[in-house]
Amino acid sequence: MTRYLVGKLAESLLALWGVITIVFFVSRVLGDPAVLLLPVGAGQQDLDALRASLGLDRPILEQYLISVLAMVRGDFGISFQHQRPAMDVVLERMPVTATLAGTALVFGTLIGAVAGAIAALKRGTISEFIVMVAALLGQATPVFWLGIMLILVFSVDLGWFPTGGSGTIAHLVLPGLTLSVFVSASIARLLRSSLLDIMREDYVRTARAKGLLPRTVFFWHIARNALIPVITMIGIIAGELLGGSVVIETVFAWPGVGRIIMQAIQAQDFPVIQAGVALVAAIFIVVNLLVDLLYGVLDPRIRRR
Amino acid sequence: MKAFFLALLKSRAGLFGFLLVSLFVLAAILAPYLGLPVPTRSNLLARMVAPTWTGLFSPGAHPLGTDELGRDILSRIVHGSRITLAIAAAAVVLGGIVGTLLGIVAGYYRGIVDRVLMRIVDIQLALPLMLLALLVVAALGPSTRNLVIVLALTSWLRYARIIRGQVLALREREFILSAHAIGAGTWRIMLKHLLPNVMTPALVIATLELARIIIMDAALSFLGLGVQPPNPSWGRMLADGRVYISTAWWIVTFPGIAILLTVLSVNLLGDWLRDHFDPKLRTMR
Repeated sequence: MTRYLVGKLAESLLALWGVITIVFFVSRVLGDPAVLLLPVGAGQQDLDALRASLGLDRPILEQYLISVLAMVRGDFGISFQHQRPAMDVVLERMPVTATLAGTALVFGTLIGAVAGAIAALKRGTISEFIVMVAALLGQATPVFWLGIMLILVFSVDLGWFPTGGSGTIAHLVLPGLTLSVFVSASIARLLRSSLLDIMREDYVRTARAKGLLPRTVFFWHIARNALIPVITMIGIIAGELLGGSVVIETVFAWPGVGRIIMQAIQAQDFPVIQAGVALVAAIFIVVNLLVDLLYGVLDPRIRRR
Repeated sequence: MKAFFLALLKSRAGLFGFLLVSLFVLAAILAPYLGLPVPTRSNLLARMVAPTWTGLFSPGAHPLGTDELGRDILSRIVHGSRITLAIAAAAVVLGGIVGTLLGIVAGYYRGIVDRVLMRIVDIQLALPLMLLALLVVAALGPSTRNLVIVLALTSWLRYARIIRGQVLALREREFILSAHAIGAGTWRIMLKHLLPNVMTPALVIATLELARIIIMDAALSFLGLGVQPPNPSWGRMLADGRVYISTAWWIVTFPGIAILLTVLSVNLLGDWLRDHFDPKLRTMR
């Protein structure tokens, strides 16, 4: 188990370095931030001076080495736009994004798990049909359009919730609902097919044949194994949501991590892009490490590897 | 082929998906000949006309209404599907070819090639797809070609991972060993013996990827990074219509329904293909 974990950790660090490298070079193609920062009509001298002060006049490989070494120390540079440490700019937005991600994950997973279990256990009934049609529709609906439709009905027509912004529970309802639909549809479909696969296994038949209570068979033999792909999926979704859903944050004017990175891309604010993407990737990697640990709990065979 | 269609006829969901996809593709191909108004021609006298279903076949009819510049929404949706479907199809083909070939190479050579490739997959998995797409489109500029490249870039690794796993198992089978024994070269084995055996899973992944890519393309257009105006695109129509949400609900409603129906039908077809050919792929995504 320890060796397994150390290996996973090494892989994670390698992935993080790769992400930082890709983002560094891609963001350098975006353009010259010095041109954007200075007022129109600034002279060549001012441009050169600004480039020198930002370190943009050095060879690209030197810039890369300097930034990577600084990032290892947790220093992502000063945001060109905000004139504050770039990581602080991104981290400030984290609680807002985490609130939305947490809400969507909790409600989405609960609804999805219950719906998926019903669909699998009530095979061939009208309940299964309803769940599956709803899940199919949920998966085919573009989240940003669903968000707009919810605004149309609940904000514009009924006036129950604000159209955008954050701060109160009322602000959280519509974006939370939108993302929950997406989460629960994926989880319901995966859990159903995963449960149906496991229920066909020989060991489940054996467990039933030796007279175990249906409840025992379901929780100990079926659910434990069927949950493994579902947990992988939850891990991936959690990683994505915690990175801030750019489109949903745009639709609901939700001031989260996704939007600050999007704004940084538009303004070519390299330090914020790098800090943001590094943070998002790190969250994704940590969440997936936790998921790997959970496998060990669910499936003892993995623990012994 | 006949057996395939007979099986398709037996599945209501699969058949529904297949027919709907065919209908959309046909409408996209035939768009200029359907007698629809010109999608880019604005008419300021007919701005934000609500959908009307009376006199449907008269020349000035707007069954789905008009937008803020008086352009016919139905025509814009149908013409928008041409660009959306073409971009999505091109991206699926590009991503599918690259991903499948890399998957075969990784699974066949194993060792260092495999490890390097799988690490690259890991790195890309840690980067949220939407952020990657945003960064690359912003860096390269939003042209049709760049969109195809970006969407393919978000897609190749799904093929590579699954195909690699299949090839790892296939390469130990007798027919590959005997091809080796009679002196077939590496390329011949990969292209003549391994490739045909992974075509089915590749096709299944491609169909499911098509649905994901259509949504992603719409999301990029929605953020202003997709096909540039005046060409109609579904995501852009949503973004533009959002401003008029309190006065003209139809501008923002119908393009979304177009995306929903397209993705739904592609998903239905993809699910059926998967269950028909390769039920084991179900929990592998």
